[in-house]
Amino acid sequence: MDWQSWLIGIVGRALAFGTPLLWGTLGEIYAERAGVVNLGVEGMMVLGAFSAFAVAQSTGHPGLGILVAAVVGGIAALIHAFLTVTLRANQYVSGLALTMFGLGLAGLLGRGWEGIPLRQPLPSVTVPGLSKIPLLGPMLFEDQSILTYTGLILAVVLWLLLYRTRWGIVVRSVGESPATADALGVNVFLIRYLCVIFGGVFAGVAGGFLSVEYRPAWTEGMTAGMGWIVIALTIFAAWDPLQAIWGALFFGALYHLSYRLQAWLPPELLKLMPYAFAILVLAIAGLSGRKRGAPGALGVPYTRGEK
Amino acid sequence: MKRFGPFLFERRLAPPRSVVLGVSMLAVMLALLVGAAIFAGYGVNPWHAYATIGKSTLGSRYGLMEILRRAIPLLLCGVGLVIAFRAQFWNIGAEGQLLAGAVAATGMALFSGIPGPWLLPAMFGAGFFAGATWGMVPAFLKVKLRVNDVISTLMMNYVMIYIVEWLIHGPWKGPTMRGFAYTDTFPKAAWLPTLPLSRVHWPTLLIGVVAAILVALILNRTRLGYEIRVVGESEGAARYAGINFLRVSLWVMILSGGLAGLAGVGEVAGIHHKLLSPTQVSMGYGYTAIIVAWLARGSPVVAIVTSLLFGLIFAAGDVIKTVLRMPFQVTGVFNGLILFFLIGVELLMYWRVRLASRGERWTGKAGSSGS
Repeated sequence: MDWQSWLIGIVGRALAFGTPLLWGTLGEIYAERAGVVNLGVEGMMVLGAFSAFAVAQSTGHPGLGILVAAVVGGIAALIHAFLTVTLRANQYVSGLALTMFGLGLAGLLGRGWEGIPLRQPLPSVTVPGLSKIPLLGPMLFEDQSILTYTGLILAVVLWLLLYRTRWGIVVRSVGESPATADALGVNVFLIRYLCVIFGGVFAGVAGGFLSVEYRPAWTEGMTAGMGWIVIALTIFAAWDPLQAIWGALFFGALYHLSYRLQAWLPPELLKLMPYAFAILVLAIAGLSGRKRGAPGALGVPYTRGEK
Repeated sequence: MKRFGPFLFERRLAPPRSVVLGVSMLAVMLALLVGAAIFAGYGVNPWHAYATIGKSTLGSRYGLMEILRRAIPLLLCGVGLVIAFRAQFWNIGAEGQLLAGAVAATGMALFSGIPGPWLLPAMFGAGFFAGATWGMVPAFLKVKLRVNDVISTLMMNYVMIYIVEWLIHGPWKGPTMRGFAYTDTFPKAAWLPTLPLSRVHWPTLLIGVVAAILVALILNRTRLGYEIRVVGESEGAARYAGINFLRVSLWVMILSGGLAGLAGVGEVAGIHHKLLSPTQVSMGYGYTAIIVAWLARGSPVVAIVTSLLFGLIFAAGDVIKTVLRMPFQVTGVFNGLILFFLIGVELLMYWRVRLASRGERWTGKAGSSGS
């Protein structure tokens, strides 16, 4: 195999595997920008993956599956929002509970659906014209999911929204200094609810992508820790939607390489690569020493009229 | 103070024990109630389900023994997590630390050649060491490089899971196991004794109980324990007092990871007698132990009780699988629900409710005086 097809394969598959990571990370960035850590990404993703598959399989409409996954992710996130924003529960513990609950529930409901290939996966698209560009064409514009492109576009849109609009300022101020935002008349609770639910919707889509597009089937635990990679990517991307693209691509490539290199190394050792790298990149980010711009009130419940 | 109708709600800083216990039990009850709805949704009569579970777990000697045997790893991991949580160190990595202990014990049992009576102590020693080492990495990364502890401990779980997978598929795959992904069976000298007609490997249980008491003493009676508590309660105060964060964090994770490592030794030496797939070695004990520790609210001794409660849930999972023919994953749902409700009702503990006296009710004095 020559180097060109290697490169095309790696970048193309990195885009594909990076897609759920990108969606998940974009959602988590918004939740955390509003000051709420949601460690339930893995749980929301797996619920999304299962519901998308179940709906797509029984209706024959993969698009509907993705839609339902988004709603299910949003509802799951609503539980987290209620516990952490209204009841001011510990965000870490609530997120962990959501992950346990999601993995358990998806495993429970999904029992009868294991191992059936999806009858109608989400069709992949080849962009006419652009796919004819040498090297870049087959790399980026051939046989990709529509969700890959929407993810990339959304990353740009969400970046603009966050840094170039009044809306973005409101979201960031709620995460940075909720008391100040409150004093200026921003409804802190509402913004936090909306951002957490938004994060859940994106995590749901990320899961749905896995089960109706990437590997069109349902297997228990098919998210395999991707939800946690998302949390790491959020930090790695310094809560910036544009940087999330590079992070997602990098980890997408790692996931792909863990299959691709199996001729040379034992598959089990390759599979641990993304997780080891997640620690590594955070350590390198720490080593570089600069403050990574975490939202000031991240993880802190807000109580009106205190402090 | 707030008033709703005839009730006055007053804030309190330290809820009495009876309230903590009552509210915690309320949470578990609420979770069981939602659980009933899940059973019903699955087409199983909830009363029948709970009655069957009760009869087959609490109602028989075998059932009680199964609760006990499930509680052993939960206790060891849970006590370790109590230490970590007291120091505000988010160790979500007990699962990996447990597996590290299992790997070290397997290495000792199969390849060390240590003679008979010394083999088991060596396995426990190696297990503690491996778990502690696996735990120290995130501690170092957190203090020195500000790597988020939730992420690092969690990622270390996945890394260890795949190391175990590699070992049992590759270098440690047992030649006598006819192609199955196990190691060979341990020599008899590496088997932990069990209580008659049960799988309760009592030496590990004993270690767990002793560990709970020792950790309570460490936390309450030693300088290290004092430093752990200061670090956990106020980082600013800890810095002001000149406490060495790296030293305290490393000790916290040596103890936390080491105890989880011991749990791993117990599982391979007491139950399986070989190393096998990570999901079979642990079944998520390291994650469930988070709830064990959270419910114990910082007390290692209370963790003895809470580990029994979750031992019951695991034992119930077996019953649900074999008798009610529902997937074992129900336990995950229950664990999540209990945790949801535990933190959901937490706010209740910090409010005292009493009936307003006539005067307060009519004058409305209690209206908005600050909390």
